Amino acid sequence: MTLDMISKDQEVIIKSIKSKTARVYALRFGINEGSKVKCVAKINNGPIILRKNHQEIAIGNGLAKQIEVETKK
Amino acid sequence: MHLNCHCVQEMLNIPDDKEVIALVGNPNVGKSVIFNKLTGRYVEVSNYPGTTVDVNYGFYKDYVIVDTPGVYGISSFNDEEIVTRDIVLSTQKIINVVDSVHLDRDLFLTQQLIDYQKEVIVVLNMVDEVEKNNIKIDIEKLKEILGVEVIATSASKGLGIDKLKEAIDKNLFKKGRITPNLEKILESEGKKFSCETLVEAENVFSSSVSELQEKIYALRRGYVDEIFNKTVKFDTKKLEFKNKLSQVLINPLTGIPILFATLYIMYYFMGVLVAQRLVDFTMNTVMGEYYLGFIKGIVEKFVSNAFLEKIIVGNYGILSMFPIIFLGLLFPLVVAFHLFMSILEDSGYLPRIAALVDRVFNKIGLNGRAIIPIILGFGCVTMATMTTRILGSKRERLITMFLLGLTIPCSAQLGIISGLISRLGFWYLVAYILIIGFIFGLVGRILNKIIKGESTSLFIDLPTLRIPQPSNVLKKTYYKSKGFLVEAFPIFVAATLVLGFLDATNLLHAIENFAQPVVTGFLKLPKQITEVFILSIIRRDYGAAGLVTIPTTKGQMFVALVTTTLFVPCITSFAMMTKENGLKYSVFVWISSAVIAILVGGVLANIML
Repeated sequence: MTLDMISKDQEVIIKSIKSKTARVYALRFGINEGSKVKCVAKINNGPIILRKNHQEIAIGNGLAKQIEVETKK
Repeated sequence: MHLNCHCVQEMLNIPDDKEVIALVGNPNVGKSVIFNKLTGRYVEVSNYPGTTVDVNYGFYKDYVIVDTPGVYGISSFNDEEIVTRDIVLSTQKIINVVDSVHLDRDLFLTQQLIDYQKEVIVVLNMVDEVEKNNIKIDIEKLKEILGVEVIATSASKGLGIDKLKEAIDKNLFKKGRITPNLEKILESEGKKFSCETLVEAENVFSSSVSELQEKIYALRRGYVDEIFNKTVKFDTKKLEFKNKLSQVLINPLTGIPILFATLYIMYYFMGVLVAQRLVDFTMNTVMGEYYLGFIKGIVEKFVSNAFLEKIIVGNYGILSMFPIIFLGLLFPLVVAFHLFMSILEDSGYLPRIAALVDRVFNKIGLNGRAIIPIILGFGCVTMATMTTRILGSKRERLITMFLLGLTIPCSAQLGIISGLISRLGFWYLVAYILIIGFIFGLVGRILNKIIKGESTSLFIDLPTLRIPQPSNVLKKTYYKSKGFLVEAFPIFVAATLVLGFLDATNLLHAIENFAQPVVTGFLKLPKQITEVFILSIIRRDYGAAGLVTIPTTKGQMFVALVTTTLFVPCITSFAMMTKENGLKYSVFVWISSAVIAILVGGVLANIML
């Protein structure tokens, strides 16, 4: 499933990020493939606010659709 | 491409007889506070050529301390990064400020600086917040793994600054331990490890991304996560109040009312308190009565030529209208605006507004980030035009610049408009916002359809919310206002001289008569409003200032306010747009703005008047 489909308070693991630039940006923010993140807020059809440790990141809907995630078991 | 030390020092006018220490860190880590504590009151500000970025530097003992713009890494993705990149690459000694609460993010830059073999002292700032968040950091272990000196501070409370000074005095700057296996990656590409080859391999001078760069970043990220896991312990379950506040600001149900409340406070502060009460005193009493009486008395004694007298102290005189408007009206408004903006910027609220408006902005081909140049546009459209460089694609820049030129009134103009509208009444304010908002959305949608290409998606870091530091806010307000007024001064003088000349030679009347069919016929406004339009071409705030003195009915004032808001971008933003996108684009924006302004104004006039 893709990141735009997750709901508030859900925890997921990032599987892959399609765009190369987004991957490099994410690496600097502290997120890479395999990172565990939590959705702390979501605006319908809008951005998703992710949290990893104490870091919060807003990801637009379009980009979220290109990020594969896996639900944490 | 290589820069030597003196090149950057020359560009920033930094004296080159002292050794430079660069202060480097992520955005919002409290770098400026540390800078202030180290350098004291005397700070120099230089604009980095070709950017909107100002660099502060000051002196500490035998060193020049340069405060670099906050970045997440050394690369060239935006203007701030380019400036920091140039300073870092030409400096050997670096104080790297990191936010203790966001170590996993911040250590990426730290490790990058270490990999570049810079001599580093790491400042672990905001240690007081670490306790509040139930985080434990093993500083000794961090020191050992990084291989450099680590000093814990809480700069805003003044803690640990003495230790930092001591470390600088003892010259504890050290090269640290390079990311394991980094040399191997370079060797596998047939490169020998050095700062230069690494900079090249990481594509530092390019805004695009290479495969090797990604490989190195992934390696470094993995290593940094390892360091983080070894040195930091925390309890994820305990959420601090700030995180809840952050969610309240982003959730549309609560966030939108808070955003409107913020804008209303800004309107009340700028439009009512400053533009009316304060300006009434500064412009009408201090400048309009005392100063004008004084200067007229002097000039009349020494100047007998009527033409000259008109140019000097006439209605549009260089020593009458100019100082009255510049000092009595613009000065208080510009300072008030920058004070408000500095508070907003320092609090960490702006990126949350970006997240909140993202969905709406997607409809006009932008992402939420575009709110930043637009909010800055309320300060100065020209500067905001330059700031559109932070946007991810050419298409987004073209749309944003157009909307800036068309719909965004800039600082003093905004203050004057707020002041004039608050006199008309609440419903006029609502109507004004709805009309300008409607045009913004409609034109945005049209541009989204006609401008080719693809827009990028929102991807931003939400910094920790904090209470703005008064010293920081005041300093920022001072430098921003000063920069703005210094830049505006010559253009104002020139505009006044042009208008004074037109007035003294009666050419003004001729132009007014020529524009009469449009101004008095179609827009149903008094003839003198033509002056406002002429001034608006040169500077919008100057044009708006003209509105204050022209007697109109309520309806006419409303039509005039809407029309002048939408009217053409000022000369400097026109020049900036031309520089960024070529003459064809800026002429297109200019003509479209004039046409849209007059059409909208005309329609309103025919409904209302």
